[in-house]
Amino acid sequence: MKIEELRKLREKVQEELKLRESIEPKVKIIVSMGTSGIAAGAREVLKAFLDEISKRGLKDVIVLQTGEKGLASAEPLVEVITPEASITYGRVTPEVARRIVVEHVINGRIVSEYVV
Amino acid sequence: MIQRAHVLVCMGAGCVSAGSELVKKRLEEKIKEKELDVEVRIIGTGCMGPCERGPIVLVYPEGAFYQKVGLSDVDLIVEEHLLKGRVVKELLAKDEAAVRVSKEEIPFFAKQEKIVLANCGVIDPENIEEYIAANGYEALARVLERMTPDEVISMMEKSNLRGRGGAGFPTGLKWRFVRSAKGEPKYVVCNGDEGDPGAFMDRAILEGDPHAVLEGMLIAAYAVGSKQGYIYVRAEYPLAIKRLQIAMEQARKYGFLGKNILDTGFSFDVELRIGAGAFVCGEETALLASIEGRRGMPRSKPPFPATHGLWGKPTLINNVETYANVRHIILNGPEWFRSFGTDSSSGTKVFALSGKVKNTGLIEVPMGITLREVVFDIGGGIINDGKFKAAQIGGPSGGCLTERHLDLPLTYESVKEAGAIVGSGGLIILDENTCMVELARYFLEFCQLESCGKCIPCRVGTKRMLEILERITQGAGKMEDINELERLGNWVQQASLCGLGQTAPNPVLSTVRYFREEYEAHVIQKKCPAKVCVSLIKYLILVEKCIGCGRCAKVCPVKAISGAIRKPHFINSEICVKCGECKKVCPVNAVIID
Ligand SMILES: Cc1cc2nc3c(=O)[nH]c(=O)nc-3n(C[C@H](O)[C@H](O)[C@H](O)COP(=O)(O)O)c2cc1C
Ligand code: SF4
Ligand code: SF4
Ligand code: FES
Repeated sequence: MKIEELRKLREKVQEELKLRESIEPKVKIIVSMGTSGIAAGAREVLKAFLDEISKRGLKDVIVLQTGEKGLASAEPLVEVITPEASITYGRVTPEVARRIVVEHVINGRIVSEYVV
Repeated sequence: MIQRAHVLVCMGAGCVSAGSELVKKRLEEKIKEKELDVEVRIIGTGCMGPCERGPIVLVYPEGAFYQKVGLSDVDLIVEEHLLKGRVVKELLAKDEAAVRVSKEEIPFFAKQEKIVLANCGVIDPENIEEYIAANGYEALARVLERMTPDEVISMMEKSNLRGRGGAGFPTGLKWRFVRSAKGEPKYVVCNGDEGDPGAFMDRAILEGDPHAVLEGMLIAAYAVGSKQGYIYVRAEYPLAIKRLQIAMEQARKYGFLGKNILDTGFSFDVELRIGAGAFVCGEETALLASIEGRRGMPRSKPPFPATHGLWGKPTLINNVETYANVRHIILNGPEWFRSFGTDSSSGTKVFALSGKVKNTGLIEVPMGITLREVVFDIGGGIINDGKFKAAQIGGPSGGCLTERHLDLPLTYESVKEAGAIVGSGGLIILDENTCMVELARYFLEFCQLESCGKCIPCRVGTKRMLEILERITQGAGKMEDINELERLGNWVQQASLCGLGQTAPNPVLSTVRYFREEYEAHVIQKKCPAKVCVSLIKYLILVEKCIGCGRCAKVCPVKAISGAIRKPHFINSEICVKCGECKKVCPVNAVIID
């Protein structure tokens, strides 16, 4: 391995370790994972978020879970917190999750038809 | 795919012995079962610090610090925390000190400064890529890329790093000696013998961050001009040996060890040498003899290993923790390093905190911190709200610090002035229930047994001292004995060849200095004030308290207790073997020690 290769490898693996530092990430995506959330497909939504984020190599984005939000009819619920605002989406499907990543997280445009 | 949660399971020796391997296995099974295995990563790490609370499981991103985790707790953590995202508060609250969610808020960690241990308990020591992610091998890259050996040595000198193996010798200066020594080849040796009873700093570093030690050795090798290194670890550290072997193998595979490292033309490789676990083999000349395959016996210095080391060639020998500091100095600069600690004692020191404090375990603190902060802030105070009596610092070569030293900053100089040494990092806190005479006897016995026997003052002198101490603890001491201990002690210190003999009397001399009245109580009143020395105590039943339940009589192994049921019982001290069982079972605390 050459010195440049070491530094390239570091860049690749460094992202993973960020999770273990107690620093606030720029964007937080919080998926509501109560019993009704899970029943409505929250797990698939969560996986779609993770998949889309890694595919696009996004940094400073963290996916969290939370318990019941008390809005069972709109599950799966997802809250997206950016430095600008905190938006709650309802009836999120895996496809919507991918749209949220592209439109909201990357381009800063809120996906208004799913906001609750 | 990226993961959303990292579950760190402590795989340090303390947690492993508390069952963390089973905990990790169960976690892996559970996570598979819940189909969380792609998004949640499980990592085994080195020691996180509070070993006695193991097994420890740390869940990120929340940083939830679960302690004393049992197998059923694992199920809860998976179902509640990992699946539903709810931190399991009940589990955190198992322990009064841990009601807080994140690790940073726990007082045990608040006053610590983790430089050497920064990766320990955070990365997977068996995965070189995690080390690389944590800036691993970057210091080596920078050194090879743009520094001359002299620049490296100057930087080490400016940092003021002193050897962490006990003597505190300036590291940069030692490197300079080896660099300018004549003779080829030169060797770089890592001292991982760690023979002090109760010490486990070096073990934890080797287990938790083995690459940091390798990187420190690589940089040292470049600086002094060496191609071959040896790491000496005792056989009692199988986990450290295993992790080192894995680390060395991976480092070779990635091209950090071997020929033409990082394509710069620099070559270096290391070999592991396993020691049989004799305390004296930690002494540098004995250690070198042992590596050469000879019996581990010290020889007189000079000549020093820097000029006449392994096979008579110039050899650099440093301690595990010393090497682990190197990369941080290269990466952050000597001024940064000196910003921790005091002018004469820079940086941090790792201690194995044990004894009668509430929180024991592995800690790293800036040098110059006071004993009070260590005992009361990090250690959480004395167990059972008892009273602090003394701290034994520096292991069997060290001495004790007392109440009047509580505000003493822990530096090489100030501790030495108080009659002890910082040493390699053993720190045992003692409360009122510790007999200082017995403590001195214990450490002296250790050194007496470990003496290699080469010189008479050490071999015979420590034996005579031990006999006197045994006499005193058995109530057969005379007043002259105390002075004789001091006379003999000074003599053994001055006339012994190596550090073992030169320091063996330290615990005795320092306890005589600070606790003379306790020695006198043993000799004159034939009493052990701490009620520890078996020959000087007596078990008694208080007539007015005894309810005659008869439980003591039932457990007494030698039938020394008599008395009718519901009538006061009596102990026949002629028969009593002082096992203490009766005291444990008495429901009304009627059994006392006199
Ligand atoms: C009896 C005895 C035991 C020692 N044990 C150790 C040990 O276990 N580990 C260690 O690093 N140094 C030990 N030392 C100190 C070494 O001789 C040597 O000073 C040290 O390894 C140098 O490394 P440093 O400058 O990095 O501290 C011991 C010394 C004596 C006299
Ligand atoms: S001082 Fe003790 S341990 Fe050291 S060489 Fe002499 S006899 Fe051996
Ligand atoms: S101390 Fe042990 S031997 Fe003595 S009386 Fe109590 S139980 Fe019996
Ligand atoms: S071994 Fe787990 S905390 Fe020390």
